[in-house]
Amino acid sequence: MKPAPFAYKRARALEEAVAALGEHADARLLAGGQSLIATLNMRLSAPRLLIDINGIGGLDGIALKAGKLEIGALTRHAQAERSEVIARHAPLIARAIPHIGHAAIRNRGTLGGSIAFADPAAELPACLLALDGEVDATGPKGKRTIKAADFFKGLFETALGPQDVLTAIRVPAATKDTRVGFAELARRHGDYAIVGLAASARADGKSFADVRLAFFGVGATALRAKKAETALASGNVDAAVAALDLDPQDDLQATAAVKKHLAGVLLRRVAKQLMEARP
Amino acid sequence: MSHFALDISLTVNGERVSERVEARKMLVDFLREDLGLTGSHVGCEHGVCGACTVRVNGEIVRGCLMLAVQCDGATVETIEGLSDSGELADLQLAFEQRNALQCGYCTPGMLTAAQDLLKRGGVPSRDAIREHLSGNYCRCTGYHAIVDAVEAVAQARAGGKP
Repeated sequence: MKPAPFAYKRARALEEAVAALGEHADARLLAGGQSLIATLNMRLSAPRLLIDINGIGGLDGIALKAGKLEIGALTRHAQAERSEVIARHAPLIARAIPHIGHAAIRNRGTLGGSIAFADPAAELPACLLALDGEVDATGPKGKRTIKAADFFKGLFETALGPQDVLTAIRVPAATKDTRVGFAELARRHGDYAIVGLAASARADGKSFADVRLAFFGVGATALRAKKAETALASGNVDAAVAALDLDPQDDLQATAAVKKHLAGVLLRRVAKQLMEARP
Repeated sequence: MSHFALDISLTVNGERVSERVEARKMLVDFLREDLGLTGSHVGCEHGVCGACTVRVNGEIVRGCLMLAVQCDGATVETIEGLSDSGELADLQLAFEQRNALQCGYCTPGMLTAAQDLLKRGGVPSRDAIREHLSGNYCRCTGYHAIVDAVEAVAQARAGGKP
């Protein structure tokens, strides 16, 4: 189908985008558009105005700042995929990105857009949660920082206000003790996952500390499996699988029982990755 | 509002184009309807099938997930341009020789995506070829002949046997 008619405005500065969001109640920001435009085409959404933020400078940087890696919201997936800085300092994100859509989608889609869209089956929100990352947003009252755990509120729902523009994400830079793992099961490469898992941990001798398991495709947002995290910290994979505290719902792709089973399969795969030395 | 339109100027297959387009018009519809370049096809219209794959500023994109107005100032290449320049000639011949197309609906997108992989150089593995073409659906031949054709061209370009 074709989208319902809308007006289009190019924002050249962040303040301009924030102001435009304030002037039009039914406006949406257009970044990579790889999710938004699909919803427009299917008429699942019909905003009156699109505010194109692609022309705003300074929102696509990748930089190490005080032990954290900051990635600008307009960084394209393809740009992140090629980034040696991300590969070294945020290896979990580097592992996840090839699973996002296809080459042509990754050329346009942005990291900020994926986080702001908050699809429950998407890879990057789970990575942000697993890494205990944070999000920068600028609104009418200026800039604020929101922790990942407080950011994803519900199905496609975030802590962003109606006039907020997500400007960057930030994750702790990996150290020599950082271990990460990522796996997902999808019907075809590039599809949204039936179930996926993004994980991080700190190697502590033979066991782990700070294990964070963020499952996606199993609820309204990416979800941590905290009982399994505790079990895995002691190095017991079987106990971690048995302790998986997830309560997925049936969806078009799989039943709840299948999803729960697959979550255990992924946990075993990811536990193996975590036990490997850092790549 | 219902006919919100903007003036855009861009380069399409080497030619300067200036048109007034409705904001909601997708790049692929602009190419087909306004410029008569009907080689780019419209399939699913939500980024899944890859029939609308075109090049914008040297990178492949979904023509159904990019607004024409976003291409103001851009350089766009479609299958017509890629075909006329001869850039794809060996790939087109390999598709024909190996029956890597039947109805042909997916073929422009398939060729454009395959060339995107091949122009990086080297001989990609069959898995890498499949992965790169995973966003392009073929509903006739299946994918074996397509992967065969792309692999053969990669080998030939790298100096191996065709």
